[in-house]
Amino acid sequence: MTDTIKLSQARRGDRGVIVQVGAHCHHQADAVELERRLLELGFVEGAHVELLHEGLFGRDPIAMKVDDMRVALRRHEAESLMIQLDAA
Amino acid sequence: MDVALKAARVALVGNPNSGKTALFNALTGAHQKVANYAGVTVERKEGLIRAASGRTLSVLDLPGTYSLRARSPDEEVTRDAILGRLAGETPPDVVVCVADATNLRLVLRLILELKAVGRPMVLALNMYDIAQRQGLRIDLEKLGAELGVPIITTVATRKRGIDDLIAAVEQQVDVAALSESQWHSPDAAALRSAAREAERIMKACVRPPERPDTLTGKIDSVLLHPVGGMLILMAILFVMFQAVFSWAAPLMDGIEGGIGWIGEMVAAILPDGLLQSLIVDGVISGVGSVLVFLPQILILFLFIIALEDFGYMARAAFLMDKIMGGAGLHGRAFIPLLSSFACAIPGVMAARVIDSKRDRLTTILVAPLMTCSARIPVYTLIIAAFIPNETVWGFANLQGVVMFGLYAAGIFSALIVSLVIRKIFWRGAVEPFMMELPTYKVPDLKSVGFNLWLRAKIFLTRAGRIILPAVVILWVLATFPYPPENATLPAIDYSFAGMLGRALEPIFAPIGFNWQMVIALIPGMAAREVAVAALGTTYAIADAENATGLLASTLAQHWSLATALSFLAWYIFAPQCVATLGVVRRETNSLKWTWVMIGYMFGLAYLASFVTYHVAVSMGGG
Repeated sequence: MTDTIKLSQARRGDRGVIVQVGAHCHHQADAVELERRLLELGFVEGAHVELLHEGLFGRDPIAMKVDDMRVALRRHEAESLMIQLDAA
Repeated sequence: MDVALKAARVALVGNPNSGKTALFNALTGAHQKVANYAGVTVERKEGLIRAASGRTLSVLDLPGTYSLRARSPDEEVTRDAILGRLAGETPPDVVVCVADATNLRLVLRLILELKAVGRPMVLALNMYDIAQRQGLRIDLEKLGAELGVPIITTVATRKRGIDDLIAAVEQQVDVAALSESQWHSPDAAALRSAAREAERIMKACVRPPERPDTLTGKIDSVLLHPVGGMLILMAILFVMFQAVFSWAAPLMDGIEGGIGWIGEMVAAILPDGLLQSLIVDGVISGVGSVLVFLPQILILFLFIIALEDFGYMARAAFLMDKIMGGAGLHGRAFIPLLSSFACAIPGVMAARVIDSKRDRLTTILVAPLMTCSARIPVYTLIIAAFIPNETVWGFANLQGVVMFGLYAAGIFSALIVSLVIRKIFWRGAVEPFMMELPTYKVPDLKSVGFNLWLRAKIFLTRAGRIILPAVVILWVLATFPYPPENATLPAIDYSFAGMLGRALEPIFAPIGFNWQMVIALIPGMAAREVAVAALGTTYAIADAENATGLLASTLAQHWSLATALSFLAWYIFAPQCVATLGVVRRETNSLKWTWVMIGYMFGLAYLASFVTYHVAVSMGGG
């Protein structure tokens, strides 16, 4: 059994596959822009991700492995990414 | 018959960290010009190459980007240059897309986007040696066919593949035809399908590395450790500050001595009079007062460039993001603010690394609150004069504690001000923080040295352009009109600067400043430390900067403790540096924001001095 969670809820060591990029509400210009930026940085549906590091305060920001590159982002941005966790 | 080959224009584009600048340096060597694009403040780097065929190629190094859909001013330049929309720029004949061979996925998507622009293109697969070492197999023929562009493998740091690249570019100039640009800003759906296409090409042409880089992961587990990483960052900063202040000291003394010597020589050659005064007191000492900071700025940049090339700066931004974010600043603001401890000018310029316009503006507005090295002469003079050199709490030197307090006050107020800016000017809006954490690489000594030399050149020409006219104007103000025959006071008292000082005195009386101090503040606008020299002049002591000890004892007789503390408080905040204001004006491209900065900084300075003065007087320091 596998879980689908928001990337913002992931913990260090969690791995999975991105199943959805961008929040469903597309009324805000900010959300539309964020979705495009995430896509440009390699956060695409199907990409393999692993949470590598968490910041000291509030475990924020987070450093991710996205396919074969490393990307840092805040949990706030990670909220618009859904990942399906790999079966442990 | 010899037909002169048509000169061609080449533009380099690529993702950040693709080694694009290293390739640019390998292509053009020292033949490069750094300027600004017309109307914007993005650095324009251009170099000329003479190809073996005799053709001249002018190469433009465009800011790194993931997409032509520009977000920062840097990326806008890249987009507009490629599309031929940039005012005063001819569109490139050939686009060279620079890719990190070990990190192709994102650049493949960018290439698909670039192809829509319809300009002839060459793909430079850079860092090809690292790809080979990792056992990464790229089917170059297939990849070239899939993308429809010629591919050249390069190792920019070893100058490998450079001639092949030039040849491939020339071939494109000759054969390839321009087609109409089909590019339009891609929406999410277009980005997704391009990413899928890039993924398909990647799978078809690239076999994953047999020996993938594991070092980056290992280094990160130390440097990004929540606690350990933070401690290491603090240690790096500590070493950096030690270096900036202690290594630079002998060099600075040397430069100071050299400038003094040049001044004396010129004074000996030129006849006494206006010309001598203008050149010695105005130009040489004015420009010299800025030149003195060159060693500190170079040491600071040595650290910054080396850490950047190593790949650490993105990690520092990661570690600091939460702390900076609490004050409404972006993690990336860390680097510009750090630079500002040496001098706000490179700090303000370094704010370019921040994508978002708002975050960049906030950073620029608070950068001058960081205690720059020009404040040090002022601080040390006043501290030496008024703060007893004694031990407090059993271990700390009181003078050192005051110095530390002044630094802390600068940092603390910068955090408060940026928080207020966020609350007042852009309520609620939080810019996303996301960035690639590049693979660690050993910095290339030659390229670090080269970039350092470039920084020095930029600093000197910019400072010269602003400082030189400013010191001439201030010299005029401080020299004319001449004192009367039977003058009893120093000459400056009778000059325009003196009159201005007297006129402004009532404004400064409530914060405990006397008219001599007000006069010193006027030339002190050229640069903060000039105030020390100016105080020396008004108190009629020759060569004040070399005799701070003497000046300090004079000040101790003339000023109350409350006045001295008020003066220190003033210097934490007051924007007493026309060079910084000039750079802010250019970097923000806005007179309004420059005035906002001048206004809030003078406002805070007055308020802080007022409070300091009156508290000190009420406690018996008057």
